[in-house]
Amino acid sequence: MSRDERPASAVPSWILVLLATSLAGQVAWQAARGSAALTASDLPPAPAAGALRAASLGEPAAGARLAMIWLQGFDLRGGNVARYRELDYARLVAWLRQILATDPRSNYPLFAAARVYAEVEDAARARLVMRFVHEAYLEDPDRRWPWLAHAAFLAKHRLKDLALARRYAHDIDRLTTDASVPLWAKQMEIFILEDMNELEAARVMLGGLLASGRVRDPAERRFLEQRLQEIERRIR
Amino acid sequence: MRPVLTLARYVLLEALRSGLPWLGLACVVAALAAAAFVSQVAIAESRETQAAVGAALLRAGAVLIVALHVVASVAREANDKGIELLLAFPISRPAYYLGKLLGHAAAAAGLATLCALATLLWAKPADALAWWISLAAETALVATAALFFATVLSQATAAIFATLGLYLLARSFAAIQAIASGPLAEESMAAQATRWALEALGLLLPRLDAVTRAEWLLYGVATAGELWRALVESGLYIALLAAAGLFDFSRRNL
Repeated sequence: MSRDERPASAVPSWILVLLATSLAGQVAWQAARGSAALTASDLPPAPAAGALRAASLGEPAAGARLAMIWLQGFDLRGGNVARYRELDYARLVAWLRQILATDPRSNYPLFAAARVYAEVEDAARARLVMRFVHEAYLEDPDRRWPWLAHAAFLAKHRLKDLALARRYAHDIDRLTTDASVPLWAKQMEIFILEDMNELEAARVMLGGLLASGRVRDPAERRFLEQRLQEIERRIR
Repeated sequence: MRPVLTLARYVLLEALRSGLPWLGLACVVAALAAAAFVSQVAIAESRETQAAVGAALLRAGAVLIVALHVVASVAREANDKGIELLLAFPISRPAYYLGKLLGHAAAAAGLATLCALATLLWAKPADALAWWISLAAETALVATAALFFATVLSQATAAIFATLGLYLLARSFAAIQAIASGPLAEESMAAQATRWALEALGLLLPRLDAVTRAEWLLYGVATAGELWRALVESGLYIALLAAAGLFDFSRRNL
């Protein structure tokens, strides 16, 4: 008790009763209401990027990330058995697209798209998100190639759609120009062609890559040469 | 009871003479102008857009004005040593505090009335009535919170910050809770502890996102229970803040 306070006994008893009663009433009322949870069916249509930018009050980088945090709260009822089964993926993709347009340098929407929403069990939903990742990649290949690479991986291993995986891998090889893009990403198409039994095309691409001198790491070069020899042996 | 009513009357008089009605009127005009502008550029639902934007601006404006007015009034009285003067009269501390609370709540209700009259431009009278009742309760809650913080904190800036902080938290808490319990939330101890802390905090906050909603003016109040819940929500929290304020004021050495 500080010098500026009188003892609690100085407080009239009816005030103490009112305080205790109102506090108990408040807690009981809120406990009875329960907390709100975002459900899949609550996801509203996406606003325009301009509206999102306006709502972020001149802070689009913060606004886009807050919108992502809000968006990722939506799912799914009934546990993790069938993730995002009830989520409207057309709306979800529209939201991701508008959030990305709000802050095009953010990786958050593409990370969530490739690593979370595209990994859904439902192939049709996954394709919808992968198409979004591909479209976003075309706008900024050097920055967004990792997400398309992951989409290619999903197309190959999850959807078993080698043609789609090859298309994505081909675009990564064709459109990225930054020297920091690793060779494994640019070589993806070769290995997919191999899986597709398109051995001649794989041989030409791999041979061209080795001849270009872009592979400088000796171990990597040795590995690729072995793969080339293996492909040539299979062709014979 | 008589001292409470007398004090409340003087608080109302102070609100009238300090230009609160004019400020309220300016807020209404600004909200109407902004809503009219937005409806001009809307290519669909221009009337509904006007109503929704106008109601949201009126609500925010009323809350802000009430919070600032109450904090300024308490600060002015403290600086003028008005509390000491009034308590020298045969007025008990609870009567003083309740009189102030009643007066500020009445002034807030008056401001809510001004705002609700403007909504008659867009909404059916029955819907505007429900919105008005809810806004009066909400602004009374804000007045109670502002009085509580201004009395407890003694610093105007801190009191305004605390009042508006509490209001914004109460408005957005349902969304915060929903995000915290989303499917991508971590299962670590720290994340679990955060969710528990939020659950506990939720028990101590009113859910103002469910109060005075602009959609009532567009689609009507969904059920009578919705308005009833909004009033209970506000009423309970007014009682809690009033009790906490009375407790603190009764213990203070003046």
